[in-house]
Amino acid sequence: MTDNVVVKLMQGNEACAEGAIAAGARFFAGYPITPSSEIAEILSSLLPGVGGKFIQMEDEIASIAAVIGASLGGLKSMTATSGPGFSLMQENLGFAAAAEIPCVIVNVQRAGPSTGQPTSPSQGDVMQARWGTHGDHPIIALSPSSVREMFDLTVRAFNLSEKYRTPVIVLADEVVAHMREKVEFPAEQRIPVFERPTPTVPPEWYFPFDNSMEVPPLAPLGEGYRYHVTGLYHDKAGFPTLRPDEITPWFERVFAKIERHLNDIVEVEERMMDDAEIGLVAYGCSARSALAALRLAREQGFKVGMLRLKTVWPFPEREVTRLSRRVDRIIVPEMNRGQIRLEVERVVRGRAEVVGVNRLDGEMITPNQIFEAIKPPVSEDL
Amino acid sequence: MKQPAFHTIYPYLRSHKKFPHVWCPGCGNGIVLGTLVRAIDGLGLQKDNVVMVSGIGCTGRMPVYVDFNTLHTTHGRAIPFATGLKMARPEMNVIVIMGDGDATAIGGNHFIHAARRNVGLTAIIVNNLIYGMTGGQCSPTTPKGSVATTTVYGNIEQPFDISRIAEAAGAPFVARSTVVHVFELEKLMEKALQKKGFAVLEVISNCHVGYGRRNGMPAAVEMLKWMRQNTVPANTPPGKADGKITRGVLADKDVPEYTELYEKIIEKAMGRAAE
Repeated sequence: MTDNVVVKLMQGNEACAEGAIAAGARFFAGYPITPSSEIAEILSSLLPGVGGKFIQMEDEIASIAAVIGASLGGLKSMTATSGPGFSLMQENLGFAAAAEIPCVIVNVQRAGPSTGQPTSPSQGDVMQARWGTHGDHPIIALSPSSVREMFDLTVRAFNLSEKYRTPVIVLADEVVAHMREKVEFPAEQRIPVFERPTPTVPPEWYFPFDNSMEVPPLAPLGEGYRYHVTGLYHDKAGFPTLRPDEITPWFERVFAKIERHLNDIVEVEERMMDDAEIGLVAYGCSARSALAALRLAREQGFKVGMLRLKTVWPFPEREVTRLSRRVDRIIVPEMNRGQIRLEVERVVRGRAEVVGVNRLDGEMITPNQIFEAIKPPVSEDL
Repeated sequence: MKQPAFHTIYPYLRSHKKFPHVWCPGCGNGIVLGTLVRAIDGLGLQKDNVVMVSGIGCTGRMPVYVDFNTLHTTHGRAIPFATGLKMARPEMNVIVIMGDGDATAIGGNHFIHAARRNVGLTAIIVNNLIYGMTGGQCSPTTPKGSVATTTVYGNIEQPFDISRIAEAAGAPFVARSTVVHVFELEKLMEKALQKKGFAVLEVISNCHVGYGRRNGMPAAVEMLKWMRQNTVPANTPPGKADGKITRGVLADKDVPEYTELYEKIIEKAMGRAAE
């Protein structure tokens, strides 16, 4: 059987929408915001064609609330937004993490803080994706670097979300979302799609938050499993609790369900690392400039390699630790003031020098800017 | 023969697990919940097909006590959670229970948009004129001049009329009653539950602890008397209704429901996709 590979010239946001459909997304709620609006526009057209639902809500708070509600109804659900909208979504993002409701939030980052520059790229929401909502909670965030990855990582976001019953953030950026590339799409049968497990026990035996399981199955509402969902600390049945002996196992489980599966969740890509003495750690749009800088540096004989983070949360600690044992210097180019550099420093613990290359003026970080950091500083005494 | 109320309600309670409840003695929330259960029972709605969605506050705790599908969400956001759920499961009876702060302050925008959009939810708003759970702060429905913990010199803001807002925003069904008029309330609940579209039922309730105590009505009974004296049926002649709150069905019109309209969009889009 031949695979019907489809080749298309496509925009990143379009690829994200196509990825969502391929992953089985059947509900989208959103609010218009640059530079993510194309995702909503395209899904408003595509979703009803596959029997799915689209709704434009009155704001981003309502959007993510509707997404969680639809997910509880059994539909794979998502929203897409940018920084200001992502800020508004934080409270209910925490609700989804606490109540363990699968959902995908695409944040096409734009220059911030505040209104910033709506049409300019940034990677300023990395820490917000991790800690934007209050309280300790597990989270997964993925960072696409190309149009094809907007497709792939959207599919992966749905799969991880359904598998681990957690919100997953696709931390895209304006460059990756708005550029057009020639994309080779995988044949439909080659796209891995994970379906949400549903309970097999009779309703009276069902506990939606059973701490003896890693990820208890989630019954769609309306199919005979009547249970309670709350943002309060809850027991295995979902009822509010104040008992430490019920709260502690819950906390342990929701963190363990992510931490025990880093092999499955954390994805990185290595480039030219075999003989590298300098390592680049890059992600999202910055990784594109980093790759160009890497090629330039290799041409001039510098032994540079790159570790590209496709998963930014949970942070790829093991991979960065390994890198720090192989190289003397780590360069972290990013379009913020060093949000991932701080994580790299935390993990490296002085085993290698860590240098940030940062840009926040709304212009794309350039290969030359990164290349300058790769070159050893010219001593003025010579 | 009709069974006593307790026997009707008991099979609907999560009695082995969730009691005693969190509400103060004499709170109107119990009357609202009991009446709602009787209305659901009277209409013969199936437990599996009923979902009760709440926000935050004293009413937010209401769903946990009853054996339906129950969802206790964030402050003010019950309506959008319910909207997503109703779109995913249009066949379900989705009941949203909110307080006045929940529905008209933090969630006011969702409330008017739900009325405009006309998604088939039954929105029950328990209006007790105050923020009860947090200790008696002024709400958007606290009457002018009233004392609350945040208006110790008297409230200088004019209150919302929840039902009139709902009607003006386009809700096809709007009704109002109080926790003292329980038979009327039950009938209105049945009507609201049967309405196709966004049905709003405002229930004036007593928070004698948070509101009454600071405003000359320190006992539940005094607040119930106040409700009896200050409300009139909606069909009362204008001369006799002056300054009083109207009760009954305030709006009832036919407007196409959102999820039904959306099914037509799906048919259209799928037809186009098949071509």
